Amino acid sequence: MREQILSIIEKNSRIDLKELAVILGVEEIDVVNELAAMEAEGIICGYHTLIDWEKTSIEKVEALIEVRVTPQRGQGFDNIAERIYKYPEVRSVYLISGAYDLLVILDGKTLREVSKFVSDKLSTQESVLSTATHFILKKYKDHGTILTKKYEDTREKVTP
Amino acid sequence: MRNPLSDKVVTIKPSGIRKFFDIVSEMEDAISLGVGEPDFDTPWHIRDEGIYSLEKGRTFYTSNSGLKDLKIEICNYLERRVGVKYHYQDEVLVTVGGSEAIDIALRAMINPGEEVLIPQPSYVSYEPCAVLTDAVPVIINLKAENEFRLTAQELRDAITDKTKVLILPFPNNPTGAIMERKDLEEIAEVIIENDIFVISDEIYSELTYKGDHVSITCIPGMQERTVLINGFSKAYAMTGWRLGYACGPKEIIAQMTKIHQFAIMCAPTTSQYAAVEALKNGDEDVKQMREAYNQRRRYLMHAFKEMGLECFEPYGAFYVFPCIKEFGMTSEEFATRFLEEEKVAVVPGTAFGDSGEGFLRISYAYSLENLKLAIGKLNHFISRLREEKKA
Repeated sequence: MREQILSIIEKNSRIDLKELAVILGVEEIDVVNELAAMEAEGIICGYHTLIDWEKTSIEKVEALIEVRVTPQRGQGFDNIAERIYKYPEVRSVYLISGAYDLLVILDGKTLREVSKFVSDKLSTQESVLSTATHFILKKYKDHGTILTKKYEDTREKVTP
Repeated sequence: MRNPLSDKVVTIKPSGIRKFFDIVSEMEDAISLGVGEPDFDTPWHIRDEGIYSLEKGRTFYTSNSGLKDLKIEICNYLERRVGVKYHYQDEVLVTVGGSEAIDIALRAMINPGEEVLIPQPSYVSYEPCAVLTDAVPVIINLKAENEFRLTAQELRDAITDKTKVLILPFPNNPTGAIMERKDLEEIAEVIIENDIFVISDEIYSELTYKGDHVSITCIPGMQERTVLINGFSKAYAMTGWRLGYACGPKEIIAQMTKIHQFAIMCAPTTSQYAAVEALKNGDEDVKQMREAYNQRRRYLMHAFKEMGLECFEPYGAFYVFPCIKEFGMTSEEFATRFLEEEKVAVVPGTAFGDSGEGFLRISYAYSLENLKLAIGKLNHFISRLREEKKA
């Protein structure tokens, strides 16, 4: 049941609990209990909203920053990752295999704000060897949802 | 001028769905629950393979019976999912949808005057195809109290010494009924005893919600007297690709291939390449779509229960078949008023045979949001009908 609940609420966290129980063919109380358990276990970490900021009048920039670092003895990458993720403007930090070590996703209001963060806060960290900043120009798809096109039902209206 | 037409063709009635289609098409803002095809797009990896085949210039005829790779994959699939073995060389024919397979199976098997048993309610093409072969269609009216399954007794009662073929349309469009193993074992006994043949239309085989589909070919003694028909439309959301197949005894497949060769040449090449990909790597897509349909099915059954609308629980395809007899209207009257007053299109059960009278086919090949909207309107409509009845 967990996998099914998760796959549904991952796409629609606002689903009514009664309805969730109906479509899964289980009792509502069981759904409530499972959700509570998964929240307690940290499996469900939040119920966020997917926003296409492009369509608002609010100015935002997003940057992906590749960061190469020197891992620390006994700490690996955890210590430096923590020093970075504590900044509230940092949205995500991932440890990555391949040419660099950490992928940092940053939310900023302006280009200048982002570059200031990189030059003042990030590059100056002792174990940071280098950074490469990429600005997001357009989002086509995010969290499994296509943002650039709306679903259109093009089927014939009545067919046998 | 002489009459240019064939009398036989002229006697065939156009599909009962047509009338509704015409009305709904004129309505700008109608919500439809009348569609008999998946709402999902064909999974991208399958479409991509079709596109790639075009880029590579695979734009020629294939062999009449279909691409060798596809026939091999069909056999692998049937062994893996259904548990039945066929030889790809001479027991498989790739067709233009399951529809062509139904037509040519009948043409390959029927002599004029022989009887074809057609359980109804069922898909609209069986009866006209039988008529075109000069068969005598014999309708078996399935009953709601049997959950629209075909019983051994009903079959026995319909058999005469002219009976040649039984069409077995399960999982069923429009009722959503399935036949489970014990149901099949019971009718298999009658079929073998009377030495008749089966055309088993299993196009909805991947869409069952009570364990896996059981094919009649798995019942001992049945594979050698059955033409199994399946295709890609429903399982992989590939209706527009027009691709299906028939598997059966090589004597029958050889004759079907002959008709196919002269009438069609071969099934669309692009679709065949895409279908290879579907069979090789599509199991997970099918599973996800099936789960989505099942959620909607549960939603509808629950909604009907809440509004007190009688409906047996269907375990197959993507249709529910609620009973509207309590309102004292024919299916067509109900569907017409529902469309006019609430702008929601459903298909009257009678479009699939007289025994569909008193029922509606509601398709759940729609998003839950869409279904919720339509069901709200249905609830509204039947409340009004009940009040009218009281007054």
